[in-house]
Amino acid sequence: MRPGSTRAACLALLRRDLLLVWRRRGDTLTPLLFALIVVALFPLAIGAQMETLRPIAVGVVFVATLLAGLLALDSLFRGDYEDGSLEQLVVSPHPLALLLACKIAVHWLTTALPLIALSPLLGELLFLDPALRGLLPLALALTTPLLSLIGAVCVALTVGMQRSGMLLALLVLPLYVPVLIFGAGACNAAQMGLPYLAPLLWLAAGLVLALVLAPLACAAALRISTS
Amino acid sequence: MNTLTYWFHKLGSPPTFYRIATALQPWCYGVALVLGLIGLYGGLVVAPKDYQQGDAYRIIFVHVPCAWMGLFAYLFMAVNAFIALVWRIKLNEVLAMASAPVGAAFTFVTLVTGSLWGKPMWGTWWTWDARLTSELFLLFLYFGVIGLYNAIEDRRQAARAASFLALIGVVNLPIVHFSVNWWNTLHQGSTVRLFGPSRIDASMLWPLLLLAIATHLWFFGSVLARARGGLIELDAGKDWVRTLALAQSKPTASGVT
Repeated sequence: MRPGSTRAACLALLRRDLLLVWRRRGDTLTPLLFALIVVALFPLAIGAQMETLRPIAVGVVFVATLLAGLLALDSLFRGDYEDGSLEQLVVSPHPLALLLACKIAVHWLTTALPLIALSPLLGELLFLDPALRGLLPLALALTTPLLSLIGAVCVALTVGMQRSGMLLALLVLPLYVPVLIFGAGACNAAQMGLPYLAPLLWLAAGLVLALVLAPLACAAALRISTS
Repeated sequence: MNTLTYWFHKLGSPPTFYRIATALQPWCYGVALVLGLIGLYGGLVVAPKDYQQGDAYRIIFVHVPCAWMGLFAYLFMAVNAFIALVWRIKLNEVLAMASAPVGAAFTFVTLVTGSLWGKPMWGTWWTWDARLTSELFLLFLYFGVIGLYNAIEDRRQAARAASFLALIGVVNLPIVHFSVNWWNTLHQGSTVRLFGPSRIDASMLWPLLLLAIATHLWFFGSVLARARGGLIELDAGKDWVRTLALAQSKPTASGVT
């Protein structure tokens, strides 16, 4: 049997993954609820005054998004690993990196994009500086794809494990540090009235690099952990 | 096959490496101990007081060599990880995984001594300064490698996965360093420089360099010891381990066999 074109395979995979998410669309709400709860805990813990919450609003929203993304990462390959379709991807004649890039893209669309959409609300809950209302979603839009791409490499390494949650956090968080610094740093600089374009451009440059390299690294990691 | 390639292949075989490591290990530890004691004497007793920091600066003789070793161990681990992944040499997998806990220990000592030094100098145990932060994340990277290695059942697969993570860390480390530098810095600049004159007096420099050599040797001794253990564990069913075990148990169990 001759395999179909790579393009058809990618489209089929995209369709399948989106359909799977749609059939269980309630699950996509979990990261949103998680981020909302994390943000709601901060005023309870440190006081509800505007002057204490406003300076930390950006940081809290970023950390909440990051943690929610971390929580959602686990589901990236879990289902496919359990029913064996992940191994089919590995042995398929199409470039594994490309197929994985499709999977990561769907994962980002269904977990991170809703978080970006929610971020203005999260910001308002913490009395975010009105000047940052536009910048925060923009910074998150540059940050979250990077988090998904880097996270995917680490998930690929831990894919066969039973309880990988804590380990995954340990692997991923040191790699998230630069992304967090630049993403939140841009917003903090803007809040203080400083130029904020440079960190955003760094993030964009990093995103371009990660778009090319992370799927390749993810494929290599997956080959190691499923061998 | 020429002599060099021959020796290279020979060294990569576990029994030969085990034999050489067994012979080298006491020398590494011994020389490290002697040099370390001389260096500590030079640093803690002979070297003069600092005109600004008084006696408190003397912790530099522990802090700086350990900081160098934390990075050197990571580099050593990454080089071995690269060889292990590309050429699939078993010995390099073992060496890479052996250096991770040692490097983590050096990094931990760096953080502790740094915080002890920071209290009298900066007035706090911890500050979110660029170097401290990147050192902390270096430690987390080590923990990640060790954790991943221990979480996978199959030893060789575990070593390959952890090696891959170590290589990702190599890419990440300069980025972390650069980003936290941009973010916040308070730490003093490098005092000892490879290129150009060092900004440290000769009476303080020689103990520092001596201790640096000592920590390197200690690191290699420790890695050799761990690698020996790792090789025996990995090759537990092989003939050479069997011969080794029998040779060791002969004095006590000679009557039984």
